[in-house]
This record gives sequence, structure tokens and C-alpha cells, in this order.
Amino acid sequence: MDFSYSEEQQMLKESVGKFVRQQYDFDTRNRIAASETGYSEENWKLFAELGWLTVPFAGEDGGFGDSAVDLMVMMEEFGKAMLLEPFLPSVVLAGRLLAALGDARQKEELLPALMVGNLQLACAWAESGSRYNLAHVRLSARGEGGNVVLSGAKVNVLHGPNADKLLVTARESGAVTGSDGLSVFLVDRDAPGVDVRAYANMDASRAARISFNEVTVPESARLGKPGGAYEALERVFDHATAAVCAQAVGALDTLLRKTVEYSKTRKQFGVPIGSFQALQHRMADMFIECQLARSITVMAAMQLDSDAPWQSRSAAVSAAKSRLGRAIRKVGQEAVQIHGGIGMTDELDVSHLFRQVTGLELLFGDADYHTARFTRLQNAG
Amino acid sequence: MNADFSPEDAAFRDEVREFLQNEFPTAYRDKVDAGIRLSKDEIVHWQKILFEKGWAAPNWPVEHGGTGWSPTQKHIFAMEMGLTGAPEPVPFGMKMVAPVLMAYGSGEQQQRFLPDILQSNVWWCQGYSEPNSGSDLASLKTSAVRDGDHYIVNGAKTWNTYGQYADWIFCLVRTDTTVKKQEGISFLLIDMHSPGVSHKPIVLLDGHSEVNEIFFDEVRVPAENLIGEENKGWTYAKVLLTHERTNIALVPRSTRRLRALRRAAASLDDGQGGSMLEDPVFSHRLAGLEIELKALEYAELRTLASLSVGKSPGPESSILKIVGTELAQRIDEMFLELGAYHSLPYLPEQFDEGFQGTTLEPGGLAGQGLVYLNDRKLSIFGGSNEVQRNIICKAVLGL
Repeated sequence: MDFSYSEEQQMLKESVGKFVRQQYDFDTRNRIAASETGYSEENWKLFAELGWLTVPFAGEDGGFGDSAVDLMVMMEEFGKAMLLEPFLPSVVLAGRLLAALGDARQKEELLPALMVGNLQLACAWAESGSRYNLAHVRLSARGEGGNVVLSGAKVNVLHGPNADKLLVTARESGAVTGSDGLSVFLVDRDAPGVDVRAYANMDASRAARISFNEVTVPESARLGKPGGAYEALERVFDHATAAVCAQAVGALDTLLRKTVEYSKTRKQFGVPIGSFQALQHRMADMFIECQLARSITVMAAMQLDSDAPWQSRSAAVSAAKSRLGRAIRKVGQEAVQIHGGIGMTDELDVSHLFRQVTGLELLFGDADYHTARFTRLQNAG
Repeated sequence: MNADFSPEDAAFRDEVREFLQNEFPTAYRDKVDAGIRLSKDEIVHWQKILFEKGWAAPNWPVEHGGTGWSPTQKHIFAMEMGLTGAPEPVPFGMKMVAPVLMAYGSGEQQQRFLPDILQSNVWWCQGYSEPNSGSDLASLKTSAVRDGDHYIVNGAKTWNTYGQYADWIFCLVRTDTTVKKQEGISFLLIDMHSPGVSHKPIVLLDGHSEVNEIFFDEVRVPAENLIGEENKGWTYAKVLLTHERTNIALVPRSTRRLRALRRAAASLDDGQGGSMLEDPVFSHRLAGLEIELKALEYAELRTLASLSVGKSPGPESSILKIVGTELAQRIDEMFLELGAYHSLPYLPEQFDEGFQGTTLEPGGLAGQGLVYLNDRKLSIFGGSNEVQRNIICKAVLGL
């Protein structure tokens, strides 16, 4: 066992950390959030130049190595600054799904473009009624004269409004919640019949509800074997879930730090409120939550990179996301509470961090969902 | 970062596992499984088996008879011991007074005391708390007044775990009443067989008396039993508190108990035609505890790893103490609830050292009600969890 960062990981941490500290302060983020696309194209180019967009890809796909620990290192720094650029939806989620399912031609055509920053992807997986079950897909794919016709609707398509192409989960056969019969299709966001309703989520990231009204794509738009996408989906989402945990760890650390700082400067009854033991112990508990959140996130990343069977890797990820869900509730709510009224205001970053972590709390499954999944995986083993 | 054991570590784990399988006496294992306390003789016997193997003191430096293990090996050893149910060394000698002797004792004192601790020839207990000095330990009043080559000790100590067995006690005593309370305390070793030392058992809520009050009435203690300098005892004690925190998180114990809880739940009726493990609420809460244990285990591993590269253990040990004890208590609560009416019988004698009969309640549940009661101590002793939070606030958050 080894808990130290490699030299490369240390450099990655420093490089990403330096960027967010020097070029991503709260005012800058607010400006980016208010822009039309909700992220900075300039930053995206920079990420590509720095090679960050290659991190979650294997060497044979032209990537940096696809290590969950590398990804954790980056996501934690991104989380500290509430980064808005679509690294998670476009690269970690859709990009890795493409790498997992695509054939040589599909990968050749798209992955290099993605890694140099010329292509933006989004993954359309969730539906109204699916909650967090990846297998719950009603959107249908039916063959028609050598083509495939997609019909249905997706919700919470992260980065959907800005992506060039969508990776859409669709049912080719089987029951609505069956893991067999699921495929993933590549669809141009501008294709006829694709109706994008764009909005911002509470964390200021852009998302969309997308209807697919008899959208016709060629057979070659299918990634992988017909109806055989589920296993890859689950593994890609496990990686993305671990990445979200790391992002939350970064954001929680910022919330804790800001709360402790504020309690030392805010005076009431003639003394700093941080001198009250009623608040001190609650901040100690926030610190404990942050430490446990970090520890279990490290565990999940290490397990993902290990030789353990997939079932126990998935269980490790669910354990982490479940625990993070609880840590997020506790640290997020306490940060607002200890700040008092000012913590409620839009002006202060604390309320934005609270919105950010609340989004992360639900994304890919809340504490109850992942506790149940953990149980299922344990009992199956 | 890498979660996998190296081949050497895997081989070491197998070696430890095999050793415990063969050498931890079956009779003791049965008792531990049934929740029956091991006697002093049995605990000493087991310690001597470990000593023969060279594994009595995993955390001591090699020159004093320690193992020289890496942090990973120590973790493996503690985990395997815990999973087997083999008792840890009685901490008062091995983990508490010995590191102080090594750091601040004279060569003569080390020669005199350490070998007997290593070989479990002498049983130690701790003399810190007093009836009026709990969390505010530095307010202690037991006095030691110099009289030629001796100190004359008067006062009372309390909550002395296994004090009834002890040959020696290490005490914090007041040697100067005119200075700030922390600056007038000394660290003194006292022979429990000295004239004027007496003890009284304290019966606790679970019907047992594992703790005692110890009284000192004009006890003459040779001055050579003072550790380090007079009035520096508080410093030594504080160093000790952050120094030796192995297994403070109770990870092996909680791992063992959670597995037992899962097994017991699978075999118990839920009263609705299924097993308790099939009860969705129970099963969900059980999974929550298993997840908490994973977070705690990795928190501990990360702390150990930072120690191995030369960082000093800091307030992390306070986190481990708080989370570890609170998790252990939540496991106790689940056992209590799992037992339902089986948790209610109050029959402490069933778990006494010498008990030979058949316990009243079904296997796995016997005495869990009493364990629940007894383990309320976990969040109180060793610096209450509130004191641990104060430490975090002061040392980490700067509040």
C-alpha cells in the first residue's frame, strides 16, 4: 500500500492548483457564469494546451494514463474554485464513454479532437423517472431501412446546450429497467428532431432537457455492439462518480476554511463568534466530515486503479458517494448556518459553494441510493 | 497511490494469520466469541506467547525488543489480531508508560522496567484521573512531597482500569502548588504493593468492576522512581497522549463486530416471516456503518502513512478517537436493537472470567445489552470526545 502522490501527480496538483488560485477567483467565476455559454472558451484552450484534457484517457487512446487517482487530484482542485468548464461532462463522462465503447474508427475521428479542445461532447443518460438508475431507459432506438430512429426525451444533459455531439443512451430491446438491450448513439446536437431546452443548474453549470423526435442516425452512429452498452456505462459512471466525490472534497475544504476564517473575524457580544464552544465543536465536526470524505474518496480512487474485481470497485465508489452525500449535507448546511444571514446572500461565495455541493450531492446518486447500491453489491459478492 | 498489498505484505499477512490460527488458544477464542472476559492469567499467558514469537511490542523500537515493522505490517498485524479476537496487549505498560520511559527515563529506569513490560511479568495501571479532575486533568491534587530520598504521596486516583491486577502504577502527582497548575506536576512510578496503597472496585452500569479507586495514604516512594525532571510531568504526559495512538480507531474490533452483526442479522427472524438482514431499514443502516468503517479505515491508513514518512502524529489522532469510538457505539446500538428482548437480561455473571455454564441468550447476542452499556465509556475515556473536539479546534482550526 502506498498513499503518496507520484511525482507526476504532485506536478499535476500544483499545476491545476496554481491555475485555480491565480486565474479563477470568485469574481472571475461570476463573470464566466454570467456569459452566454457559462464557461470560458479561452480556459478550455488552455486546459488543452496544458494536456489536462488527456488525463482520463488510456495511453493507447493517446491519453495520459486514465488513472482515477490522477483524476482525483485534478477534480479536487477544480472543486475548490467551483470550476465551470465542462471537464466532467465532456471529457470524464462522454469522452470516457466514447473511449470505452467506440470502435477504432469512431475513436480516431473524435478522441484526438476532444483532447485538443476542438470538440465538445455531452452525455444524455437520465430520463424523467429514471432517477439514478442507468438502466432505466425509455428512449427507443428502432431500425428503419439501414438507419436507426431515436424517440424519447432526456433530462439533466450536463453541458447539453454547448456540446457539438451528444452520446445518447437508448433502448433497442428489453424491459424499461433491463440492463440488456441498451445502446449508446452519437447524435449531432443540431440534427433534425433534436430539441434542446437549455437552462442553468443551481451550481451555475449549463444543462438541457432534450427531446429526440424521430431522430434518424446511421447504424455507424452506434457505439459498441447493439444492446450491449450497460457494463461500459456502469464503469464509466463509476469513474465519473469518484471524480465527483473528489470535486466535492475540494469544495467542502473551501467551505470549511471560509467558515473558520469568518468565525474568527465576525464579532458579536464583543468577541469573535469562533470563541463560542457551541460553534467550535460544530466546526470540529465539519473538519472531521471533510477528513472522512477525503479518506473515502482516496479509497474509491485507489480501488478503481487496483486489480480488485469490478464488483468491489463499484462497491467502493458507492461507499464513497454515499458518505460524501452525508458530508455535503453536514458541511454545506453548517457553513451557511455559522455564517448566519450573510451566508444566505448571493453576494458571498459561501452560498455558491453550498449550491455547488448540493448539485454534487445529487449527481449520479444521493446517499440513500448509493447505500442501497453498496448493499446490493455486497450481498451479491 | 496504490491499494494493493505488496507480495511481501501479503506473505506477512498469511504468516500472521497462520500464527494466530495455531497459537491463539482455542479455549480463549471460544470465550472471546461468547463475550466472556479473559482472566489476568489468560491475558498474561497470551502475551507471553506473543513475546516468544517476538511480536509482543509491534510499536517499540527494535533496540528495546520491538519488531521494526513498517506501518503497513503494523496495520496488518492489528487487523488480523482484531479479526481473530485475540486481545491486544494491556495498554498501560506496553503503550503508555513504556514510550515515556524510552523518551524521558534514565538508562537505569529503562533497564529496570522495560524488559518486564515486554515479557508481561509486571502489570501496570494508569494513575491520571482523580475524583475531582476529569477532563480538567491538570487540576489534579494527589501530592508528592520530597522527604530525603523519598516522596511522600497522599491522595486518590480513580477510573483505574484493571487496577485490581496491577503491580505498578504510573501517576501524575503534584509537586509544586505555587505555580501554574500544569507546571507543578511530576511523573512518578509507584509500586502498588507499597504500604499505604489501597484500592476499591467501582461497580459500573453493566454489573462489572473493571475500574477502581486507588488511595495513597502517606506512601513512601523512592525518589529514583521519578521520571525525568520534577514538575515536567505534564509535558511528558501530553507527548504520550499524541505519541501512542495505534488502534485508537478500533478498526479491527469494529470490523469483527460488523461481520458478526451481519451474520447474526441473517440468522434472526424479523418477526414478519423474514430475517433481520432482509429488513430494509436495518440493512440500510448496517450498510451505513460498513461505509463509515471504510472511511475510518482509510483515515487511519492515511495517518499511519504520513507517520511513516516522518511527520509527527497530530490532531489526526483526535479524529480517529472521535470517529472510531462513535462508530463502535453505533455498532453496539445495532446489536442492542437486533437482540430485541434478548438484549434485556442483566446477568453479568455469565460473562465473568470463570463462567462455565451455558449463556442464556442465543449465540452472538449474549451480553450485547451489557456491551452497549459498557461501551458508553468509549466516548468518555482517553480524553472525552468533547475534549478531542477542543483539541481539533485549537490545534487545527486555530480557534
